[in-house]
Amino acid sequence: MNRQAQSALLFLLGAALWHAGTTDLYLRYVKAGLRPLLLAAAVVLVAAAVASVGYGWRRGRRGAGSGAGPGSGLGHGLGTDGPGADGHGHHAPHVSWLLLLPLLALILVAPPALGSYSATRTGTALQQPLAYPALPATGPLRLSVVDYAGRAVYGKGRTLEGRRIQVTGFVAVDRSGTPYLVRMALNCCAADAQPVKIGLTGAIPPVLQPDTWLTVTGTYTPRTEKDPVNGGPVPFLRVTEATPVPVPHDPYDESWNT
Amino acid sequence: MALTKSAPQEGTPHDEPGESAPAGPQGRVTSPLVLTLVLLLLVTFQAPVRRALSAPVMQSWTTVFVAVVVQALPFLVLGVLLSAAIAVYVPPSFFARALPGRPALAVPVAGLAGAVLPGCECASVPVAGALVRRGVTPAAALAFLLSAPAINPVVLTATAVAFPREPRMVVARLAGGLLVACVMGWLWQRLGRTDWLRPPRHAPHEGATRGETFWNSVRHDVMHAGGYLVLGAMAAATLKAVAPQSWLRTAAENPVFSVLALAVLAVVLSICSEADAFVAASLTQFSLTARLAFLVVGPMIDLKLFAMQAGTFGRAFAVRFAPATFVLAVAVSVLVGTVLL
Repeated sequence: MNRQAQSALLFLLGAALWHAGTTDLYLRYVKAGLRPLLLAAAVVLVAAAVASVGYGWRRGRRGAGSGAGPGSGLGHGLGTDGPGADGHGHHAPHVSWLLLLPLLALILVAPPALGSYSATRTGTALQQPLAYPALPATGPLRLSVVDYAGRAVYGKGRTLEGRRIQVTGFVAVDRSGTPYLVRMALNCCAADAQPVKIGLTGAIPPVLQPDTWLTVTGTYTPRTEKDPVNGGPVPFLRVTEATPVPVPHDPYDESWNT
Repeated sequence: MALTKSAPQEGTPHDEPGESAPAGPQGRVTSPLVLTLVLLLLVTFQAPVRRALSAPVMQSWTTVFVAVVVQALPFLVLGVLLSAAIAVYVPPSFFARALPGRPALAVPVAGLAGAVLPGCECASVPVAGALVRRGVTPAAALAFLLSAPAINPVVLTATAVAFPREPRMVVARLAGGLLVACVMGWLWQRLGRTDWLRPPRHAPHEGATRGETFWNSVRHDVMHAGGYLVLGAMAAATLKAVAPQSWLRTAAENPVFSVLALAVLAVVLSICSEADAFVAASLTQFSLTARLAFLVVGPMIDLKLFAMQAGTFGRAFAVRFAPATFVLAVAVSVLVGTVLL
C-alpha cells in the first residue's frame, strides 16, 4: 500500500471513529468512559493522514529526482511488499489492508449490541452486591436487571416483597423454552460483556421475539433456578404486564464500572 | 496459532501484483486505485453484505470484532505516539544513562519502569519496539514489554475493584507479573539470539525535519501494528462467537486442568488487560489460583499480542518468545498462587 492509500485509510479510520464517538454508535461496542480517548485517537489519525499528505506534497514539489529517503526498510517478515521494492520507502505491509475491515464494519454494517445469541450461550455473571441502597418507599420500583437479580438472590427479596417492580431488558429464550429478561453487563468492551438474567413467569406475553426490548412490570417471587450454562443463580419475576420499548441509549449495564 | 500465521496471506485478497514490481508509474494498478475500487464495490453491494451478516452468529462475531478494534485503537494510538516520540525526540544516550549498564540489572529496572505506562498491551508493543531501535538491550525492552500491561496502576486498580473481597489478588498479580517479566528478560539475555529478532531498522522513517520523521513513524506504526491488531481481533471474535462455554464448566472441576484452561482462555479471548480482572472475577466456578493464571497470562501473551509481536519483532522471535512466556506465566501463577492465595 503506498503513501496516498495509507493516508486515505488513516483518514477514513479516524473519521469513522469520530462518527462513532460523536453519536451513540460507540456505546454498542465499548464503555461510555472511553469516549474522550476515542475522539482523541480519531483526531490523531486524521492529523497523521493530513501530515502525511502535506509532507508528501512538499517533498514532491522539492523535486522528484532527488530520491525520497532511504530504501524501504519496512519490508521484513510476512506479507510485506518486499524490501526496498521502490525508491520511496513508505510502503506498508499487505497486512495493513486488514484495517479496511473494521472501517467497513463500522460504517456499512454497524452491528447491533450483543443480544440473545450471546446471552443464551453465556452463563449469568451475577455477583453478590456490596450493599442494598434504600429504595423509595412508595410507587412502582424501577430497578435495573442487575439490581433486581442481586436483591432477589442475595438479599432474599427482603427489599422487594409486596412491591410493584419495573425492569427493562431484552428477551432471550433458552433451549428449554424458558424466557429470560437480560441485560449485558459490560466492563470495557463488548468482548468482555456478560449477561445477567431474570427468568420470567406469570403473565408472559404469548409471542416473545428474542432481542426485543421490554419493560416488564411484576412482583417478586422467591423462585430461583440455576443457569443451564454455568450453574449461576437466576431469580424469577412474576410478570403482570410487559410493554415493548425502544433500545435504550446505552444497551449495556455499566453499573460495575465505577 | 495456525490461524494467526496463515491468515496474513489469506486475509489479503486485495494484493495487486503491480505494487511489488518496480514498474514505472504509468499503466499500473496502484493501491489508491484498489482502495477506491474496493470501497465503491462495497458501498454498491452493501445490501447483500448486510444480509450475509445478519445471522446471529455473524452479528455477534462482527460486534465483538468491532468492539475489540475500537477499544484497542485509542491505546494503540497512544503507544504509537509514545514510540514515535521516543524515536524522534529522545536521544539513545538517555537510555544508556537511565538504565544500568549490566543487562542483568537493567532487566528488573525496565520491568519496574513498566509500571508507569498507563495503558494496555496494545500500547506496550510499539513502545518496546522503539526501545530496541533506540539501542536499549533487548532483554530489558522485553521485560518492559511484558510488565507494562500487567502491573501498571490502572490495571491494578481495576483488579482491586473487581476482587473487593480478595485484596491479595492485587498483590499476587503484581508479584506474578513482575516475576515473569524479569525471568523472561534474563532468559532472553542468556539464551536469546539476536538473529531471531528482526534487525533493528536504520532510520526507517527518516524525513527532512523532525516533524516529518515523527508523523512518518506514527503512520507506519498504525498501519503495521493496526493490521496485526485486526488479525488478532478476528481470531478472538471467532472463538468468542463459536466456542461453547460448557467446556469451561467441565474444566473447572479438575484443579490442574482448571489452571491450564483459564490460561488458554486468556490467550484466545485477547481481552484488554484493563478489563480482564472483571472477567476473571465472574469465573466463580474456578479456583483463585486458576483465575490468577488468567490475569498473569492474559496481558503477556494472547492472539492479538502474538500477531502484533510477530509484526514488530519478526515471526522467528514470536514463535519462540510466545510459548516460553506462556509456560513461564503458568508456572509462576501456580507458584505465586500457592504462596499467596
